[in-house]
Amino acid sequence: MTMAMTEAETHKGFIDVREMGVTFGANDNKVVAVDNVSLNVQPGEFVSLIGPSGCGKSTLLSIVAGFVKPTRGEALLDGKAITKPGSDRGVVFQQYSLFPWLSVRKNVEFGLKMAGVEQSKRNTTARALLDLAGLLSFENHYPDQLSGGMKQRIGIVRALATSPQVLLMDEPFGALDTQTRVVMQEILTNIWQQFRISVLFITHDIEESIFLSDRIYVMTARPGRIKAEIKVPLPRPRTAEMTDTPEFMNLVQELKGLIREESLAAMAPEIRDRGLSGFGMKVGPKGVGEIF
Amino acid sequence: MGSTATAKIVALPMVDKQADPVPAAVETKASAAQVSATGPAATQMPIPEPEHIPTVSLTRVFVNLWGYVTRERIITASLACISIGALFLFWYLGTKYRLEFYIRFKNVPTPYEVYQQLTQVGLSNKYLVNIAISVRRILLGFMIATAIGVPLGLVIGKYQRVRDFFMPVVEIMRPIPAIAWVPMSIMLWPNNEASIVFITFIGAFFPILLNTIHGVHSLDGVLVRAARCLGASEIRLFLNVILPGSLPHIFTGLAVGMGVAWVSLIAAEMISGQFGVGYFTWEAYSLVDYPAIVLGMITIGVLGLACSGIIRMVGILLMPWLAFAPGGRR
Ligand SMILES: Nc1ncnc2c1ncn2[C@@H]1O[C@H](COP(=O)(O)OP(=O)(O)OP(=O)(O)O)[C@@H](O)[C@H]1O
Ligand SMILES: [Mg+2]
Repeated sequence: MTMAMTEAETHKGFIDVREMGVTFGANDNKVVAVDNVSLNVQPGEFVSLIGPSGCGKSTLLSIVAGFVKPTRGEALLDGKAITKPGSDRGVVFQQYSLFPWLSVRKNVEFGLKMAGVEQSKRNTTARALLDLAGLLSFENHYPDQLSGGMKQRIGIVRALATSPQVLLMDEPFGALDTQTRVVMQEILTNIWQQFRISVLFITHDIEESIFLSDRIYVMTARPGRIKAEIKVPLPRPRTAEMTDTPEFMNLVQELKGLIREESLAAMAPEIRDRGLSGFGMKVGPKGVGEIF
Repeated sequence: MGSTATAKIVALPMVDKQADPVPAAVETKASAAQVSATGPAATQMPIPEPEHIPTVSLTRVFVNLWGYVTRERIITASLACISIGALFLFWYLGTKYRLEFYIRFKNVPTPYEVYQQLTQVGLSNKYLVNIAISVRRILLGFMIATAIGVPLGLVIGKYQRVRDFFMPVVEIMRPIPAIAWVPMSIMLWPNNEASIVFITFIGAFFPILLNTIHGVHSLDGVLVRAARCLGASEIRLFLNVILPGSLPHIFTGLAVGMGVAWVSLIAAEMISGQFGVGYFTWEAYSLVDYPAIVLGMITIGVLGLACSGIIRMVGILLMPWLAFAPGGRR
């Protein structure tokens, strides 16, 4: 293969969300989940979406994935409107979503099987991907025999098996402990650098979003809008040491400020007025961003 | 840090890119990104041979079953023997001393009389033919119930409209016990055999249907969404996700259905039958042949046990993952 081919590949996977609005329910129990959001992910770019709980992040991702139809606006992939789920968009869910009745390898093979790829090729591809995730020795285990971190790594490579143009990730490391999370982030950057596909990554962890992303969208409290768009100028490949650099710290501070406002706005007015410390809660050195 | 993982992926013998576009893209992207980063040594990295596809051999099945013999299971088996032994002891003492305290053991045959009955009648053609006929009826009714109940349950569970259409009928029919179908069944079907199989079918059908529906409903929605994202068409979704995902509940339904099928069958045989274990038992009563009554009852118990045992066994072989499921199979 040539570099030219690679470039052609990376020109695909352009996500364009235009003036999107989503309203759930009708009349009395109407909930405006997302309000007039426009965002994009350039081909090969890693973009994070960060915002307070309930601001419509998952809803937005479900629209790009094709599970939910927007009330207003549209979502496009490479210029074509997204109408239904498909294997051109890999999705990694917050909940563990491996099929418990399939072995680890069969899970990774699933997308290829659906695409009608023959057994021996599926096998080779799945084993290569499992090796990449560092889990080749677990290929014949069942998902229930694995730890949470392992399951999510398999979830990621399973989504990559069909060579999607974009990867959509909804707080994939949300259920993991801090140490595992840091390791997973490094693994994810590695994988992403090799595949160079567009990623839309949802998180509520500020450091995580900076460490991983080229660009970060900050959303407001519900109804979710885009509050800010922040470029992350840190060089690649990113390393764990970078998190101690002043550039990184500054970005953390900037994002914390933005998010603090929003998470306060998301809370009930009486708490907001009294302030969190007046409510008996400590605002730790890491700020309120740590607790939502 | 980046370069170690980098070196790894290039080495992987990915699929031929000309022949197949889907996995080829994996390779293209993966290795293209690394071209500069890797030396020639890395490309030789060995990867273990793919494992052979396991074939079902009889020895393997036996080895698997032998694996189930553990201390835990020996204890289980001993307790089972003790409980059955206690039942027999009660029966033995009751008949030996002809106990009379509200329940009367006066006419109840002793275990020994029943044993004698078994040795006389037990191997006679009449007895064995009755068993064979009952088993055939069960198998027919149960298999038809499974063949209709499982697919219908999957579809009802999956589609709201299908549910709206079928459930009212199901809800009306379900409370009618299979025995209440006996007169109708005799009118409905051209011969006795068909009507008994039909009653057996009715008994097995509803537990199977309802458990299958429940299985579909209890399936985690994220699995369905994950399958959709991975490109599963509707039919593949059914075969590869909804069916295996509901399988534990389906097997619950099969086990319950098998029990109800026996109940229904015996009742039907007693009322309308010629032949069958139920008929054998009822006939013994009419002929005042007390030991034969008990023999018939024990036969029914053993046959029912064997049938549900087979279902359990098939379930274990078919759903090996349940051994690891949290709280599964325990
Ligand atoms: N199917 C639905 N029907 C009605 N309301 C819904 C539905 N899905 C989401 N909502 C509402 O839309 C809002 C946004 O939900 P969403 O799950 O997108 O939030 P989120 O940003 O992902 O939150 P979190 O960070 O807690 O996961 C919430 O207020 C939620 O109650
Ligand atoms: Mg969410």
